[in-house]
Amino acid sequence: MSEPATVTIKDFNTDERSTWCPGCGDFGIVVGLKRALTELGIGPHQVMFTSGIGCGSKLPHYMWANEFNSLHGRPVPVATGIRLAAPNKFTVISVSGDGDSYGIGVGHLIHTARRNVNMVQVVENNQVYALTKGQYSPTSQPGLVTTTSPEGSIEAALNGLGTAIMAGASFVGRGFSGDPRGMADLLARAIEHPGYALVEILQDCVIYNRVNTTKWYRERIYDLQEEDHDTSDMRSAIDRSLEWGDRIPTGILFQNTERPTYEDQVPAIKVFGGAVDRDLAGEFSPKDLAKMLDDYA
Amino acid sequence: MTTINNMSFQFAGAAGTGCDSQGSGWARSMTRAGLWTFANFDFESRIRGGHIYYQIRVGEEPIETHGEGAHVLLAFDEQAVRERIDDILPGGAVIFDENYKLDDSLFEGRDLLVIRAPLVKFATDIGGNKLMANTAAVGVLVGITNFSAEYIESSLREAFTGRYPGERGEKLAASNIEVLTAAVEYGAQFQDRFDFQIQSRPGGENRILINGNVAIGMGAIGGGCRFISGYPMTPATTVLEFLAAHQDEYGIVVKQTEDEIAALLTAIGAAHAGARAMTSTSGGGFCLMTEALGLAGTTETGVVIVNAQRAGPSTGMPTRTEQGDLDFVLYASHGEFPRLVLTPGSVEECFRAGHRAFNLAEKFQTPVIIMTDLFQAFALKTIDRADLDFGNITIDRGKLVSDEQLDAIGPDEIYARHKLSDDGISPRALPGHPRGVYMTTGDEHTERGFITESQTVRVQQMDKRMQKLETARPDMLPPELYGDQDADITLVGWGSTRGPVREAVDLLIADGQSAGAIHFPEVWPLPAGTEEALSAARYLIGVEQNFSGQFAGIVRRATGINFQHRILKYDSKQITAGDIVAAVKEEVRVGV
Repeated sequence: MSEPATVTIKDFNTDERSTWCPGCGDFGIVVGLKRALTELGIGPHQVMFTSGIGCGSKLPHYMWANEFNSLHGRPVPVATGIRLAAPNKFTVISVSGDGDSYGIGVGHLIHTARRNVNMVQVVENNQVYALTKGQYSPTSQPGLVTTTSPEGSIEAALNGLGTAIMAGASFVGRGFSGDPRGMADLLARAIEHPGYALVEILQDCVIYNRVNTTKWYRERIYDLQEEDHDTSDMRSAIDRSLEWGDRIPTGILFQNTERPTYEDQVPAIKVFGGAVDRDLAGEFSPKDLAKMLDDYA
Repeated sequence: MTTINNMSFQFAGAAGTGCDSQGSGWARSMTRAGLWTFANFDFESRIRGGHIYYQIRVGEEPIETHGEGAHVLLAFDEQAVRERIDDILPGGAVIFDENYKLDDSLFEGRDLLVIRAPLVKFATDIGGNKLMANTAAVGVLVGITNFSAEYIESSLREAFTGRYPGERGEKLAASNIEVLTAAVEYGAQFQDRFDFQIQSRPGGENRILINGNVAIGMGAIGGGCRFISGYPMTPATTVLEFLAAHQDEYGIVVKQTEDEIAALLTAIGAAHAGARAMTSTSGGGFCLMTEALGLAGTTETGVVIVNAQRAGPSTGMPTRTEQGDLDFVLYASHGEFPRLVLTPGSVEECFRAGHRAFNLAEKFQTPVIIMTDLFQAFALKTIDRADLDFGNITIDRGKLVSDEQLDAIGPDEIYARHKLSDDGISPRALPGHPRGVYMTTGDEHTERGFITESQTVRVQQMDKRMQKLETARPDMLPPELYGDQDADITLVGWGSTRGPVREAVDLLIADGQSAGAIHFPEVWPLPAGTEEALSAARYLIGVEQNFSGQFAGIVRRATGINFQHRILKYDSKQITAGDIVAAVKEEVRVGV
């Protein structure tokens, strides 16, 4: 399905103008995704984005590619449906923010991770609800002052990467919007990974999060792959996921390539292939269908 | 005088004691013996214990609904006798084990044959296992009704050799048949004191016994459904289970999801990719699906949702029936978008809705909801195999754009998924073609699927989507008329009231009254011909299983036509023909 020679970064260009604020970290993520797909030779018609609602969920609109823009918190079940109906047709990538993925939609994340549906879930984490104009999110650090936490958030922040690892995600990584090249490489590895991949992208919100700024991240992030980190070691990966302070890890935390994907185990897909590739009208004769009646005679 | 092949049975006891499997087994044996049956299952929200029963009606003509009362009560515990004794019709019989501690005063003054049978004794002495008492009970029933034991024998053989392949199954079947034979002989001694008999008739080999949920599942598979996602919820689960049971033969992707929110969204994803996809749920699950329902409406995704209603609101009565969700389903989700609502009223109509829903969903590119209910989900009906005609199913995918058409799109053109059109329906390309790259969104969008805040585009796209309701009207099945066409009173119903209403009309006509009925197998959009059919009636009586007469309200709102009277039942039990006739005569509510 890949056509490396024919896909260029320009193929993903669109004349649609973004609604993001100048300086938004989301711009870097678009670049990272375009580069990753180009590197892998996956064209706009071979990818299917699903997205939620929020600034970051508009991202696929600003790339030329297939997209189903769903509801707040719900891009992942839509992605599952697409994967299971068309397992041979699309690279499926879900894109949404931290409120979408770790708040209202966290149940879907956990269950999709444990099933190992072959898809990438990109979580754009700016630690704040931005499009609704600045409320604290599931990843806001305690003390963050927002419109709904005027005296500072009194909630612990969700460890999204650790949650995903514990849920059974077979690939978990973290990138940074200020590093499109590193992010593109991480995304490419996630896309290539056979199974569910969670990629959290740290990004700033230049308007509503004045604490976790690009400068703040640059002072703290480091690349796991430049250190002695065994990505196949789940306990070590969980330890890394707990690091949040002076040092914040990026890169691949965890990868298990041994687990079969969900799609590969679905009986109907194993025998009949993708539902969308089948002939609806002539597939079964009336006689074949009437065999269903025999159990009730 | 002996009545032949026209009687009702009750199999009653605690959940988990086998009275349900014996009851459905009896209905199946009757069907195989060439008789027509209708069996209603009354049960509680528990796995073991409590009180449940099968009500099985048998006749020589097709039967559209369960009856009232029974000529024989087969009681599987003492409580069953006490609970159901009043249901036994004059001249009837009750069969139970001789060891039950039931005072004779319970039976005093009743025209009733009381059979205290040595069921456990037969089971232990002959079969060596007291579990075979159930077989003994059925044997006594065979004996007193003079029915042929061969149908029960073959069922026993199938059941035990199926469950335990090899010698063990053979031995168990043989022991059970020995117990059966002794019990049949015992029961036969009461024949001269019991005036109802069962005799086999030809034709049983051409018939089946199924419920509405199975019929929906069969229709769906016949209609090209290749994907179901769902979350278990009574009484909808058996649709999911049916497709799961057939996933290997017909290649059905079955996805049990983490909740109903995911269930509908997963089906939407599959439908967007191009599969015929469905989900099944009950009212509470449908509540969780409402936001996604609107998403399907605005993204123009044709997806099928089965709502098997039970008594609500909230958890309500999980194993009890109601038609309380019609208003909700019609208006569920915020904003306005078109949806089609099918309301089948029989096993045959459930099958038809099962395959029609997918054509309608793809043709009108919008959600289609099949409304059934707990009664229909569980009630078993004998039908001819030919009544479920897979050869008569056509697949109509509507305005589907072919690969060749997409190939012809030039480099300067862009495929527009939500292109404006007079009938409201846009040519639909399945995603994946290089010339057919597109996006769609739950935000208001342009023809190309981009988010927009343009008022002009908003009005154009709203008008386009809502036009589908008008475009679909001629496609909706017309109301079905029954009984006298120029009747003094006309009963109007939808969904599972169909059978009881038809029988009520028969009873009223037999009683010298002038009565007719109008049944709506599809209610939204109101099919063409609705106004004409209703206007022609002299006196309209809505028959519904809800508190407020929801369909009557919908008709009034849409057409201005008023029903003169409403018969409403919301006590959680299925309405019967007797209820309707009594209510017509008294013009009062039933069930309260």
